[in-house]
Amino acid sequence: MICPARITGRRTETAGIYTFSMRLVDNAVRRAYSFRAGQFNMLYAFGVGEVPISIVSDPGDPEHLEHTIRIAGRVTGVMAGWKVGDVVGVRGPYGNGWPVEEARGRDVVIITGGLGCAPVVGLINYIFRRRDQYGELHILHGVRTPNDLLYRERFDEWRRAPRTRVYLTADQPDKSWRYKIGVVTELFDELTVPPSSIVMMCGPEVMMRFAAHALRQKGIGDDAIHLSLERRMECAVGLCGHCQYREHFVCKSGPVFSYRTVRELFGLSGI
Amino acid sequence: MSEALHMPQPALEDLIAMLWREGFKVLGPVARDGAVGFDEVRKVSDLAVAMRDTQEPGRYRLGQGAAGEIFGVVNGAFSLKPFFFAPEETLLEAKRERRGFKVSEVAPVAPPLAFIGVRACDLAALAVQDRIFLHDRFHDTHYQARRKDAFLVAVNCARSAPTCFCVSMKTGPEATTGFDLSLTELEQGFVTRSGSAAGEAIAAKLGLSAAGQNEVVSAKARIDGCAAGMQRGLDPTDLPRLLYAEAENPRWKDAASRCLSCTNCTMVCPTCFCHAVVDQEELDGNMSRRVRKWDSCFSLEHAHIHGINFRPKIENRYRQWLTHKLAAWIDQFGTSGCVGCGRCITWCPVGIDLTAEVAAIRAHPVKR
Repeated sequence: MICPARITGRRTETAGIYTFSMRLVDNAVRRAYSFRAGQFNMLYAFGVGEVPISIVSDPGDPEHLEHTIRIAGRVTGVMAGWKVGDVVGVRGPYGNGWPVEEARGRDVVIITGGLGCAPVVGLINYIFRRRDQYGELHILHGVRTPNDLLYRERFDEWRRAPRTRVYLTADQPDKSWRYKIGVVTELFDELTVPPSSIVMMCGPEVMMRFAAHALRQKGIGDDAIHLSLERRMECAVGLCGHCQYREHFVCKSGPVFSYRTVRELFGLSGI
Repeated sequence: MSEALHMPQPALEDLIAMLWREGFKVLGPVARDGAVGFDEVRKVSDLAVAMRDTQEPGRYRLGQGAAGEIFGVVNGAFSLKPFFFAPEETLLEAKRERRGFKVSEVAPVAPPLAFIGVRACDLAALAVQDRIFLHDRFHDTHYQARRKDAFLVAVNCARSAPTCFCVSMKTGPEATTGFDLSLTELEQGFVTRSGSAAGEAIAAKLGLSAAGQNEVVSAKARIDGCAAGMQRGLDPTDLPRLLYAEAENPRWKDAASRCLSCTNCTMVCPTCFCHAVVDQEELDGNMSRRVRKWDSCFSLEHAHIHGINFRPKIENRYRQWLTHKLAAWIDQFGTSGCVGCGRCITWCPVGIDLTAEVAAIRAHPVKR
């Protein structure tokens, strides 16, 4: 069921990317609501439609929801106009989320590529709020051009944090670029992690495929590599059929899969 | 199996009338638009009596059948699917309010339905849809509302269409489960059995006597003859492994060169469940309905998200459909998505035959 939620905050991340804070209107619904890191909600714009958007706020404070939306199509185009005080719809949470329990006590490698990746920002924040529960944190991020680097100040902030390393690379750098040049796998030469590390990644599938391959070279098992997939979702409950990835319903058994589960499908096009 | 009873032909008339009196809307195979489809029947003569179908890949014709034969037509384009999983229905209504909006569920209008003349393959397909809509993690109330009171009168097949392959899928030609009453048509009347308490109660009201031994033998001979004469088959051995391994078999491209991506196969398939969920706003902007409509994995939008189409080519979509139907379905729901009804073969405008496609892939694997 779609639950009304009131927009309590709106922040512009960059042109075309906004983070909305919201609060479920009904008291009983709000108090009963809980989610895990990496789960998503179906957000509804009245009369227009619904889209799956990951929850980036902290599961420790489930009454406060934050969603980062990239304006890409018809529905998100309308969401771009959401203002503080507006009432929108929330249905969820859905999906399995990141393996944050499994990651506890281990070194964590987080890899993203392309135009920022909201699910991963939520994950990094989650770990920072529980910093003593996790080992070394390595954040690898690849962009095509320096202009595609969103959250630049956050990367700087993360870089300064203890027991944290940030690795950036641009495929097509400009003169101002101070970091590595090349695709994200270029960063793996610098990465030294024990085979007991856990990896979570999100981004273009081709990037994740090469990354998984490079991680194997470092002795990290396919079971310890987790990736978040994106597919069309209309129902979010494994009924409408759109998000099928061979035998998987991405909405229900994903969106996070271990590389072992999907490695066979990863090299195939048009699945 | 319950006791075999003899049902004289006039008792079928009584059965139809009785089901109406019990509050059911009674539907059966009726000839219309050059094919049979389930439609309202008040009397036996409303059914497609003395007719037969000829079917082959890409072709369907209705013609004259044996005089007096009531269930001579094997099937038509539509199974029971549209009656339980509606092609289009409203799930929710959202009304604009002064501050925000209010969402309410729309209860389905679902008069109890009785079906006369359901084939074994379609009963098997119904069981597959039950598994998806009722017995999975999420339960579909709209499907359930229509499904829960349905009364099903099966007809065992005495002949098959050349496109049928239920024997190889182990779903027919005899209905063994999932019905309230089953009929096997003989020269004179039927052999009938009940398959549920509701069926037993109706049979008792009809006052039927036990079938004679020769009738039972004759009914079995007809069903066995139908099974023995079935022309098509699909070898279901190890299909998930085969189709998963053969994702890059050149046959997909070959099939795609013939496939029009028209979606006919998915529309006539009794188990295909993909649907679109769309929000439709009233012109005044104060009300919006959430509507569920049948969708197809052959549509260009099916795997499309902003800027990416995961299955842009017809070969991707044909592989998705067939691999889902025959392989992934088993992983998802513990059963094949194919019951061997043959509709996708008959109603494909270019006559693509999935049994031939699978056989070709099996015969020429690129991986082992």
